[in-house]
Amino acid sequence: MTRHRSAVVFFVAPFGTLFALFYLLPIGYAVAQSLYTVERTGTFGPAREVFGGLVQYQRVFADGPFWASVGRVLLFGVVQVPVMIGLALLLALLLDSGLVKGRRFFRLAFFVPYAIPGVLAAIMWGFLYSPTLSPFTALTRAIAPLDAGLVLWAMANVVTWVYVGYNMLIIYSALLAVPPEIYEAARIDGAGPVRLAWSVKIPLVRPAIVLTAVFSVIGTLQLLAEPQVFRSFSSAVSSTYTPNLTVYATSSIPNFHLAAAFSVVLALATCALSFTVLKVSTR
Amino acid sequence: MKGRPAAMTVMGVCTVYFLTPIWWLFVSATKTRADFTTTAPLWFADVALVDNVREVLTYRDGIFVRWMGNSVLYTAGAALIGTLLAAMCGYALAIYRFPGRETIFNVVLGGVLVPATALALPLFLIFSRAGAANTFWAVFLPSLVNPFGVYLARIYAAASVPGELVEAARIDGAGEVRTFFTISARLMLPALVTIFLFQFTAVWNNFLLPLIMLGDERLFPVTLGLYTWNTQVNQVPQLRGLVLVGALLSVVPLVVAFLLLQRFWRNGLGTGSVK
Repeated sequence: MTRHRSAVVFFVAPFGTLFALFYLLPIGYAVAQSLYTVERTGTFGPAREVFGGLVQYQRVFADGPFWASVGRVLLFGVVQVPVMIGLALLLALLLDSGLVKGRRFFRLAFFVPYAIPGVLAAIMWGFLYSPTLSPFTALTRAIAPLDAGLVLWAMANVVTWVYVGYNMLIIYSALLAVPPEIYEAARIDGAGPVRLAWSVKIPLVRPAIVLTAVFSVIGTLQLLAEPQVFRSFSSAVSSTYTPNLTVYATSSIPNFHLAAAFSVVLALATCALSFTVLKVSTR
Repeated sequence: MKGRPAAMTVMGVCTVYFLTPIWWLFVSATKTRADFTTTAPLWFADVALVDNVREVLTYRDGIFVRWMGNSVLYTAGAALIGTLLAAMCGYALAIYRFPGRETIFNVVLGGVLVPATALALPLFLIFSRAGAANTFWAVFLPSLVNPFGVYLARIYAAASVPGELVEAARIDGAGEVRTFFTISARLMLPALVTIFLFQFTAVWNNFLLPLIMLGDERLFPVTLGLYTWNTQVNQVPQLRGLVLVGALLSVVPLVVAFLLLQRFWRNGLGTGSVK
């Protein structure tokens, strides 16, 4: 039934056109580009683009630094995402527990960092970590957060600092949506606040926790602004430190075909991983 | 009750953690260059905020002001138009039954899972081929597309715009488009604000697209501009102070806006996570 065909076209076409042009077309174009390779006849002959099949993908899979960077962001995610979501959940449960006075103030205070874009947050923390400029030079000289051993976790702290409040707000709003009667039965059974949180509240807000986890996983694999900024502060961050930095470095060479193949692999990996998180945690 | 002191301690420690860097940024931005390294970092010395701000605003013919203007156009402009387009599409998907409706919705939903950074490089290649890389439009046009907004708009329209109301408007002789703008869009207003905020932050945070796309610094958004200043700090030490003052100037309006609009974040996030 399409009684309102012209209205539907009017409503859907503008978004649909832009979506096709700037979402679907680039995906298709990236796949197409990744199947080509540049060939030269002789050492100094003119460069020609020829169909190379999966040659670029062979290069991607043989690229040691790229897989090292994938391993690095996975390690980052395995530690940082649970810590961040755990902290967000703890703060949301505390706000909801009735134990905290001044809820409004704390909610706002924790949310403020989210207004600061990743690039600027990374610049601020870069100064804070610095062995000479930091307000905590005694600490930063002793710990050296910008050295090779710790710089990944220094970035994890920046990401956590920005996003805890945002994730807390998602979980907290889910908690607020729960009707209070549900807690009554548990209270009558003598459950304390900890027991109530663990056995009743957490299962109820599970969808919200899953949502925050999926968005965090997507964000982790795309890590770019923080390492790119930290290159100015720390020599330990290489030009292929994260997968997205590799894409950027490869496209600056320029080797667009290989960079396109990196992009495609990265997009597929992100989709697969978020899908897995979604499936595992809603089972 | 021993729970309360423990809970308040956790809240207090977290407040210090979240607010200290911002306090430090504010204090640092008020200091003269000499005081920055020699005085207590978390407290004021000679307050030179006005001079510092003037220096940022006039440095290299006021390039910073231009960056701020660009950021407003990229983020607010794209988010305003993008929200309208997402709302229209989500509304149609919720209200009308037409062939291909579910297909469109599923493709758009798939788009939510595609990381924006994976699109940056192919977008650059496409725009270069069209001879339009390194232009305003190369960053602006892709920023208009907000698949998550369509998803939110559809859920919200299905929940908040009753079919009988649309039907009644029809009987009164109002056209479909007029019904949307005069009745339905108003009912969807809380969701529209949320979609706007989401898109605003997404565009504001998108770093790879302008980084890859733009070579002309007069087109930079303020994040990319401050980033390039920060990479030159070792050659031009004067920039260190400018980066911090610039960061403060660009962040203050956002922090204020976010705090004022926080209610809408919660409403919309609730909508997003119910399903």
